[in-house]
Amino acid sequence: MKPEDRDLVAQLCAARSGQLADPAKDYLFETRLGPVARREGFESIADLMSGLRTRREDRLIWAIVEAMAAGDSSFFRDQTPFDLFRDELAPELARLRGDQPIRIWSAACATGQEVHSLAMLVDEMSGDHPGAQFEIFGSDLSERALEKAQSGLYTQFEVQRGLPIRSLVRHFDKIDDAWAISPRIRQAIRWRRLNLIGDLSRVRGFDVIFCRHVLEAMIEPAQQRVIENLTAALNPGGYLVVGSHEAQALDAQGLKAGAHPGVFQTSADTRAAA
Amino acid sequence: MRTCLIVDDSRVIRKVARRILEDLGFDIAEAADGAEALAWCRTAMPDVVLLDWNMPVMNGLEFLRGLRMEPGGGAPKVVFCTVENEVAAIREALESGADEYIMKPFDSEIVAAKFAQAGLV
Repeated sequence: MKPEDRDLVAQLCAARSGQLADPAKDYLFETRLGPVARREGFESIADLMSGLRTRREDRLIWAIVEAMAAGDSSFFRDQTPFDLFRDELAPELARLRGDQPIRIWSAACATGQEVHSLAMLVDEMSGDHPGAQFEIFGSDLSERALEKAQSGLYTQFEVQRGLPIRSLVRHFDKIDDAWAISPRIRQAIRWRRLNLIGDLSRVRGFDVIFCRHVLEAMIEPAQQRVIENLTAALNPGGYLVVGSHEAQALDAQGLKAGAHPGVFQTSADTRAAA
Repeated sequence: MRTCLIVDDSRVIRKVARRILEDLGFDIAEAADGAEALAWCRTAMPDVVLLDWNMPVMNGLEFLRGLRMEPGGGAPKVVFCTVENEVAAIREALESGADEYIMKPFDSEIVAAKFAQAGLV
């Protein structure tokens, strides 16, 4: 790809999704944009870029931005946040909320492994918290990633990355060469396409938000915007879980650092009324 | 250093697995079938067994059932590593005492993840 084409894509990513696309990483642009060019009927990435400059179609811009935003995902990635959710956050929230729903959001859920991991955990611990109601939401910028997430279909390679074998046989069926998550887990999740730097003023009332490995891939002003949006979406006393190495971005954001790296909590002042 | 016994009738698979598991910090022993593996375990019980299913002489499932009957044979973690990838086969392995299960083909990332889940690394 020509340097000016990479620069244009980087600018579009920054403007539309806040994503940091490093123009020096030529291979990344080639890998991500090759399939977009083929899908959109262009002979090459150079043709795709030429078409973009000529037509400036919103649909084409988003196809490029979404392809560049595609993230890596695996079941129970990093494990610790899921242990923390099962052992500390969920029991505390179940006690505080009583029969009110506990709302959990996997923001930027990519192809769904994180949100499905949370839904499996909730399913497995439902007997420990009788009466507790969990509502689970998954969102992502990419329509294509969401489509795959919603399908609940994964390859053998994908289900072997992070998923304990007992969870695989408990929650998945094998269909030909693919593994399909059970309808019970799939139907427990509500999905929505969301741009985390967009207007999220109507997204409210969450008790736990997982947003991991997202801030690290964003330009600094977008990081601030996402943190503001997610903080506003939390209930008082709600938890924001980011990657442990992303915690730095949340310093001085009006969030209280929890006992675990990457876990932050909003003020609980009004929790009694919530 | 903990010991991992690699049980597979393919020399190539044993070689690949050895390289991955040595990187994870294990001392390695090898056996080419279940009977050889069981004899090895009677001499020195390993901490972990990476176990193929389909082998001559004694297959992986027969070995596992035999191992669990041996004195001290309940201790080693057993991780199947096999082309058998049907749910019924996986359930049978777990009911027979397997701790984790890898479906071939595998790579270092999958082995590391599975060993981490079994609390081995």
